[in-house]
Amino acid sequence: MASQDAQTVARSGAILPGDKVLEPSPMAQLRRRVFGHYGIIIGGVVLIAILLVAAFAPYLTPYHPILDQDLSNALKVPFWHCIVVEKSFWAAVFDGRSPFSWVEPAKFSWDHPLGTDLQGRDYLTRLIHGSRISLLIGFSAMLISGVIGTALGVAAGYFGGRVDMVVNFIITTRLSMPVVLVALAVVSLIGSSLWIVIWVLGLLIWDRFAVVMRSTTMQVRNLDYVAAAQACGCSTLRIIMAEILPNVVNHLIVVATLEMAHAILLEAALSFLGLGVQPPAPSWGLMISEAKGMMFFDAWLIGIPGAALFALILAINLLGDGVRDVTAPENRN
Amino acid sequence: MLKFLLRRLGVAILVALTVSMITFSLIYLSGDPAIALAGESASNEEIENIRQIYGYDRPIIVQYGDWLMRAIQGDLGRSHYLKSDISSVIVTRLPNTLILALCAISFALVLSIPLGVAAAIRPNSLIDRFALGLAVVGQALPSFWFALILIFFMSIQWRLLPITGTGSWKNFIMPAIALGYYVTPGVMRLTRAGMLEVLQSDYIRTAKAKGLRPMTVLFKHALRNAIIPVVSLAAVQFGFMLGGSIVIETIFAINGMGFLAWESIQRADLPMMQAIVLVLSCFYIVITFLADLLNAFLDPRIRVT
Repeated sequence: MASQDAQTVARSGAILPGDKVLEPSPMAQLRRRVFGHYGIIIGGVVLIAILLVAAFAPYLTPYHPILDQDLSNALKVPFWHCIVVEKSFWAAVFDGRSPFSWVEPAKFSWDHPLGTDLQGRDYLTRLIHGSRISLLIGFSAMLISGVIGTALGVAAGYFGGRVDMVVNFIITTRLSMPVVLVALAVVSLIGSSLWIVIWVLGLLIWDRFAVVMRSTTMQVRNLDYVAAAQACGCSTLRIIMAEILPNVVNHLIVVATLEMAHAILLEAALSFLGLGVQPPAPSWGLMISEAKGMMFFDAWLIGIPGAALFALILAINLLGDGVRDVTAPENRN
Repeated sequence: MLKFLLRRLGVAILVALTVSMITFSLIYLSGDPAIALAGESASNEEIENIRQIYGYDRPIIVQYGDWLMRAIQGDLGRSHYLKSDISSVIVTRLPNTLILALCAISFALVLSIPLGVAAAIRPNSLIDRFALGLAVVGQALPSFWFALILIFFMSIQWRLLPITGTGSWKNFIMPAIALGYYVTPGVMRLTRAGMLEVLQSDYIRTAKAKGLRPMTVLFKHALRNAIIPVVSLAAVQFGFMLGGSIVIETIFAINGMGFLAWESIQRADLPMMQAIVLVLSCFYIVITFLADLLNAFLDPRIRVT
């Protein structure tokens, strides 16, 4: 009788004392941590959606973001302006009627679900194409600053001594110069284009890479496997590339996401001030800048690109925070 | 302590000198400053004339030395556009920026330190999650967009606050919030992490075991130690605010350094831009220097290493 019970339980998949249980592999554990993290899931989904939209931008809408102007079509309203809320909201709810009704104003057309801007260009199209600019600038500036900052930081952390002193001095000098101001001054002096903005930002925002890489390299370089590699006679370059970098790469990814978000925000701010990406390019910062005079009557012109910017930055930051949580040794098990 | 002070002072002066060199070389980024001043259609004679008036014909080292010596004496040259003394313009504009940055950092600290402490007392509680959510959202809000949203609700919809100007204290509320909220996530996280660590230490257990009131333990014993890294962060952020207020000052038309910088960029007023970058950088250097001294005073361990 007892053995029969045990067999039924075993068939249903329960684990019995004495059964051999395999621990999940490290990859499986990592997978569990990644998919159990809300930040990574939400940030990842939003970011992938924005990446897809950016990749297929020309195929998503029938309009061109710059050329399809139609002044007779200017300032169409977005779709939510069709939703009319009844004044006696709660009365309607208690009467069992819906307090919302759908009335399409003359200034609305399904050809432009998010409305049109002052020049009559489809706002959704401009929004979609704007994601390309933000992502391109964020990613390129992050790569440039990442290379500079990582080189400086790893050199300082690995060699220490004089090298560390010099790098520290460079970092302090860079930090004492206000980023936005210097970027604005440089862009105004040498002219502004997409690639100039990318290079100026990339050359300015490497400080966090350098600071974080310096301190993490310092921790790693005192570990036994680095000493072992040195004892084996490995070259310095090999030790840095094969022993140091792979062991600080999680910190590198976290800083990279933060700096990408930072670069996107800075580009938007520069474009907002009129010294970043130049019109008629559909940069989100520029769209907000062009719409700021319309704030009294058409505030949605500001709201839409700002919300897009917010969503993109939020997604990148959530992903970065998630990577930090998942790869931190104290969060394992 | 004296050795620490002198070494730190030496570094600060070296950094200031390097910054001044970079700032000075800004003028040569666009090529020949005399041509930039004279305009595209100027004749060679006119360009030569301007070169001599402004001293651009001298060797660069001599120009730099002259500029630096005058700057140290408080003479930052003359503005190309305003035709007036740069130092006196900056002196009239600087107070507005300082007031704005002070309001902003106060707002940030008043919001983030209590939140950080509350979050650390009960980790994973509702208030901890709220604080974390606020931090995540705060870090993703573009400051100029947030400023416009504030204007839209506070000034246009509800008509509570004036949009532009520096007339009364009401003018500084929105700019201070728009400038300060960006700092809150960092300060809050640092306060929370510091408090979490300190609250688990032995001396806090001793203080509790002695029967001290929980509030005394929390604020007099724990917070005092947890706040030390926050002091440096707040100082650094205050320095960043001075330089970063350009966007906010432009939106709210606050007559400060940032707005002045934006104006002089629009007018291609090179000496003014140089002077602003130099002054703001020096402010940052002085502030971080003072913060380091304060830290060394608060935490004896820093003095030794």
